[in-house]
Parts: sequence; structure tokens; C-alpha cells
Amino acid sequence: MKTLNNLKPGQSGVVESITAEGALKRHFLDMGITKGVVITMERIAPFGDPVAVRLRGYSLSLRRAEAKKIVLEEHA
Amino acid sequence: MSSKKTIAIIGNPNSGKTTLFNRLTGSNQHVGNWPGVTVDRKTGHICHDGVGIDIVDLPGIYSLSPYTQEEIIAREFVLSDELDGILNIVDAANIERNLYLTLQLIALGLPMVVALGFMDDVRAQGIEIDCDALSERLGVPVVPISAKKGENMHNLLDGLAHHMRAPDKQPPYLHGVGAAIRRAAEQLSPLPLRQCSLPFYAAKLLEGDSVMWKQMDKLNMPQKMRDEINSIAAGMQSHANLTDKEMVLADALYDYIEEVVRAAYKRPKVHKATLTERIDKIVLHRVWALPIFAFFMFLMFWCTFGPIGSFLGNGMEYLIQSIISPAIRGGLTAAHTQDWLIGLICDGAIGGVGGVLSFLPQIVILFFFLSVLEDTGYLARVAFIMDTLLRRIGLSGKSFVPMLMGFGCTTPAVMAARTMENDADRRMTIMLTPFMSCGAKLPVYALVAGALFGAHQGLVVISLYVLGILMGILAGFILKKTIFKEGSSGFVLELPTYRMPSFKGTVLNMWQKAKDFITRAGTLIFLMSVVIWLLQNFTLDFSVATSAENSILGVIGTFIAPIFQPLGFGQWQESVSLLTGLVAKEAVVSTMSVLYGAGGDSAMLSGMLGTVFTPLAGYSFLVFTLLYMPCMSAFATIKREMGGWRWAFGAAAFQTVLAYLAAMVIYQVGSLFL
Repeated sequence: MKTLNNLKPGQSGVVESITAEGALKRHFLDMGITKGVVITMERIAPFGDPVAVRLRGYSLSLRRAEAKKIVLEEHA
Repeated sequence: MSSKKTIAIIGNPNSGKTTLFNRLTGSNQHVGNWPGVTVDRKTGHICHDGVGIDIVDLPGIYSLSPYTQEEIIAREFVLSDELDGILNIVDAANIERNLYLTLQLIALGLPMVVALGFMDDVRAQGIEIDCDALSERLGVPVVPISAKKGENMHNLLDGLAHHMRAPDKQPPYLHGVGAAIRRAAEQLSPLPLRQCSLPFYAAKLLEGDSVMWKQMDKLNMPQKMRDEINSIAAGMQSHANLTDKEMVLADALYDYIEEVVRAAYKRPKVHKATLTERIDKIVLHRVWALPIFAFFMFLMFWCTFGPIGSFLGNGMEYLIQSIISPAIRGGLTAAHTQDWLIGLICDGAIGGVGGVLSFLPQIVILFFFLSVLEDTGYLARVAFIMDTLLRRIGLSGKSFVPMLMGFGCTTPAVMAARTMENDADRRMTIMLTPFMSCGAKLPVYALVAGALFGAHQGLVVISLYVLGILMGILAGFILKKTIFKEGSSGFVLELPTYRMPSFKGTVLNMWQKAKDFITRAGTLIFLMSVVIWLLQNFTLDFSVATSAENSILGVIGTFIAPIFQPLGFGQWQESVSLLTGLVAKEAVVSTMSVLYGAGGDSAMLSGMLGTVFTPLAGYSFLVFTLLYMPCMSAFATIKREMGGWRWAFGAAAFQTVLAYLAAMVIYQVGSLFL
């Protein structure tokens, strides 16, 4: 299963589903992480975690453990 | 003809909401870039064309979900009967995510105006926005503005006063969601809810919002209605071909937004990297991020506590001790005032307040830097950089800002912790913030270290700051293993667009902090200084004390002094100073000054301290001062933020015990070697 966490800086993916639950899932949805949206990995923090991604014209940072809960489409 | 209405101003964090609020109401509120800086409810009043409008500034939120404190505050307010309309500010440069909140607000059915902010930024990027098309698709008036430059404010005011209108229609979402919301809203109509907001209630119930369902339980929603809504939700879900009903609605909202944006938004053909992207390339670079961050922190502390800060501080002290105080003393003597009154005014009041005021320039410089870091958007990057390290002690990157502010003043720092969604994270941050040595403790360090360590005083002061951080880490581990076992929450944080801080906003913030400080010096500390002077100069039977030791204060101090014997400072003067330090940490200095009869003369006080303290005992005293419970103002704030005296006293006891143990270990172990 390919997740957002697998992307390297500069790579993009299309969101397939979210495996988070409760408040975190709600927060993902509220921040615009919905099915079909294109997410680009921007950069990784100096200590290797968290990561910064770009979607819908803005930058968002999240931890790797959280990025694993965003499933991307296999192809592309 | 005049009328009056209440309007809520709502928008995403970093959408320029606070700037707009200040611009409209002229209120002296601080403008920040850290998500969720406006947590208090602020109201401003304006009058335009004979219409009086009360504007309520709601906290910045991304959605009307019921998870963060800010969301809960905002949601409860927009569903209450207090408001007549909504002013929704939308960041034009970040329109997709901003409109997500707008669509939820439209579902409330209240009269509304959308202010499209940061139009100047958008134009600079070569983006064109068709506001008429936007207004038509959303069904509410849209006014393009630039709050910073004051562009189009008159039109916006006209809009608020005369042209607010309820949305013409509810948006026709895809996947049959629009129809499902309409049908569910019809089902809800018998309930005692605001009728125009039924689409909002319906949408939240359809996506399985547990808080909203609980509210329906309170309204005794009939089982039949419940079944009906659940079956509508199921139908909507199968129609959308998604396995998840929470996702169906968010998907539909964002699909509709994409359609609106396609119709109204024209991006230039070639995407030019924005300034923010270019800055982040350097500032968040894997190698350069840390040196740059360290440089900013160094610059901030060097300016505050280094030559600039101390020069201004000394200037202030000179002004008070060598010009103002002698002038008043001279005036009073000329007017044949009684000696004890001159003593009370010059030695008690001016001595105490003056010692504290000399510290004002440093507070102002520190808050200048914090305000700029916050307003530019760099503080969110700091959280991004530091998250991994802070997570190890059970905090999150978001804790870094409160922690950093803790070096300035614990009170605002504790309040800044409100931006954290996770309750355990927030409480932990609040309990650890006081370990970051606050600015008011600096005069104590400067005095004692200056008196006892001569040329090495700088090193001693730095060691105290480091010790505070280390004790904070230790306390973090203890708390993580005991009270807060559930682990750290998520870290989903917007990295906002870099913005130039406005001169006005920065100055306003500095002025507010300075005013707070002066007010405190003028009231609490003035009162304290007077009370202490009186307690020191009178005995228990209210006659004039012949020596300080048989004064009331001396009796109290002598009574509690033995407690501190194992820490190396058993004199009553120190005990009393620590007690008055509970009112405000800087009062430790003014109390000592009064008790040792130095009357604000720091050279004389310094000499006195050299005779009563050994260097080791002095260091132990400083360690205790560093770590013991925070001042009353911070304590009261902690009580408010933690929601109870139990937590506040628990935190205070935890800190004081840790302080006692640390100082005792240092003194006792040190005595073995020295």
C-alpha cells in the first residue's frame, strides 16, 4: 500500500483514502485532504520528521506516522 | 433612523482576520500569524451610515468541527441567537481551503458578507479573480479587500451595514449530497432549532458528527426521525460510491469549491514559485534550517539580554535612582514632610517600583522579537523544525512557541498553549512552561550573580537558563511516565504564507506588553513595596520597629527561615524575599533592597549580599528562585487554563518540590567539594 509517507521530496501523488480515525481524520478532511486531491511532498524537517507537503495551494506539515495514514493511488 | 446589530467575524487562521478586525474597529488587538492567536472573545463597535454594529472576533478556525477549543467556541457562538450576521474573511491566495469554511457558514443560512482578503498578494502573483462569478456561485455578496492597505474598506462597511443578505440558495453539491441535506433538513424542521440553520444541522448529522447527535438526544429527537436521517445518510453514501460517510461530505464540499474556483479564478499559465516557497527553500533547508534557527534565537537573546538591553536598562535605572528619586526626596524635604513618609515614598515605593521598571526595556525588546517571529509566520516553521526533539519529552512542535514565550513571561506563554488541540499536550506544556526562566527572574540573577560571581556572572546566568531547560526536560519525563501516559497528539500544522509584519501591529503588541508591565509595577508591585516597607518598619504591636529583625516581616521571615536551612540560605531576609516573589518574581530584588536597607542603590545592595551569601548558597538561592512556583499572575492564568484549582495547586506543588530538591542537592553536594 502506497502512502504519503513513501513520497520523496518533489514527488506527487493522488489521495485514495484515509485510514485515520476520529479527530485526526476530521482534521485531514477539514484541511482539504480528500479523495482525488494531488499532494506534493515538499520537504523533510532537519531531524527527518515531520514532513511538509503542498496541496490546494498551501503548505501543511505533518508527522510521518500521520502521513502513513493517507493512502495514495498505486499508479502515477 | 438607526439600528443595531451583532456580526461575527470568522475566518481561517492566518487569513488576516485580526488585521481586518483592527482595521474595522480600531481596536488595540494583537495581530499574529501563529494559528489560533485570537482565543479570547473580542468585541469592537463601529457605526456606519447610522447603523451601529458590534463586531465579535471569533478565533481562527478551519472548519466548524467540534474538536479544538477554538472550533467549539466558534460553533457554539454561530449557533446561538446572539448574532445577526457573519463577516467571513477569505484569504484570496489560499482560496480553496478557505472556502471550505465559507460553505459551512453558508449552511447556517444567516445574512453574510464574504471579504476576499490579501487581494494585493494575489494580483502580484498574476492571478485574476472574478468576484461577481464568485458571488453568484456562493449566493452571498463578495467584497475584495486588502485589510493591511485599507483597500475597499468603505465598500465592506457598506456591505455590513446595508447589503448583508442570507444566502440565495444552498449550493447544489455533487453525489446527491445537496438533495440529501435538503431532505434531512426537512426532517429536522419540527425540532426547536433555528430554521434557517437546518441545512447546517442536517449536514453535520449526515456526516456522523457525534457532538451534534448528542445535542439531538437532548432535544429528544424521535426515533423515527433518527432512522429517517440515518437512511438518508446511507443512501447518500452508496450514491457517492464511497465507503466512508464522513468523507462523502468533505468530498462534495471540496468538489464544489473546485468548480467555483474554476469559474472565478484565473491562474497565470506558468507557475512562478511564490516568495514563501523560495524563502522556505532556504529557511527549511535540511542543512541550513538549524543554523538559521539558532541564529535567530541567538540574535533575539543577545539583543534582549546583551549590550542593548542592559544599556537601556541601566539608563532607566539611572533615570529613576539618580534623577527622579532625589528630586522627589528634595521636594518632600522642602515641604517639611515627616521622615517616615519620605522613607515610605522614596525607599519603599520608588525603590521597589524603580528596581522593577529598569527591567522594562528588556521586556519590550523580547516581545518585539516574539511578535515579529509570530507575525511573519516563522514561528510555525520553528514548530516544524523542533517537533522531533520536543516529542521525545512528550510534547509536540507546537509546544515550542509557548516554551519560547516562557522566557519572556509565563502568563502569555501559558495562554499561548491554547493553540494545541490535544488536551494532554496542552496541560503538559502549561506545566513545563514555568521551567523556562521568565524575564522577571533576570533581575534576581543579575543582582545575586553580580554580587557573588564578579567576572563569571554571565556564565552563572547562562547556567541557570540551561538548568531550567534541563529540569523542564526531566519534569517532562516524569509527567509523561505518570500523569500523561496516553502519548502525544497529532501534529498537523499549516505553514502559513510569509507576511511582512505591520509596523502598527508590532508597535501595538510591544506597547500592550509594556503597558501590562507598567500597570503591574504601578499597582501590584507598588502596593507590595509599600506593604513590605510598612511590615518592615513596624512591630507586631504597631509601634515603629527599632531594628528590621523585630519588625513584623522579620518575625514571619524568622519563622519560616529554618525550612531553607538545608538549601544554604537560612536568613529571614531571603525567606521574605521569596514570599514576595510569589506576587511577582522581580519583587525578590526590591524586597531585598528594602530589607537590606539599600533603598534601590544596587551597588550598596550588591556589597551587602557579598557578606551574607557564600557563592554556593547564592547559587542555591538562584536555583530555587528559578524553579519554584510561578508568580500569582501566572498561577491565576494556569488555574484558568487548566480549569481548576486542583491542577493549579498540583502544578505549583510539583514545581516547588522540584525546586527545593534541586537547590538542596546542589548545596549539599557542592558543600562536599568546596
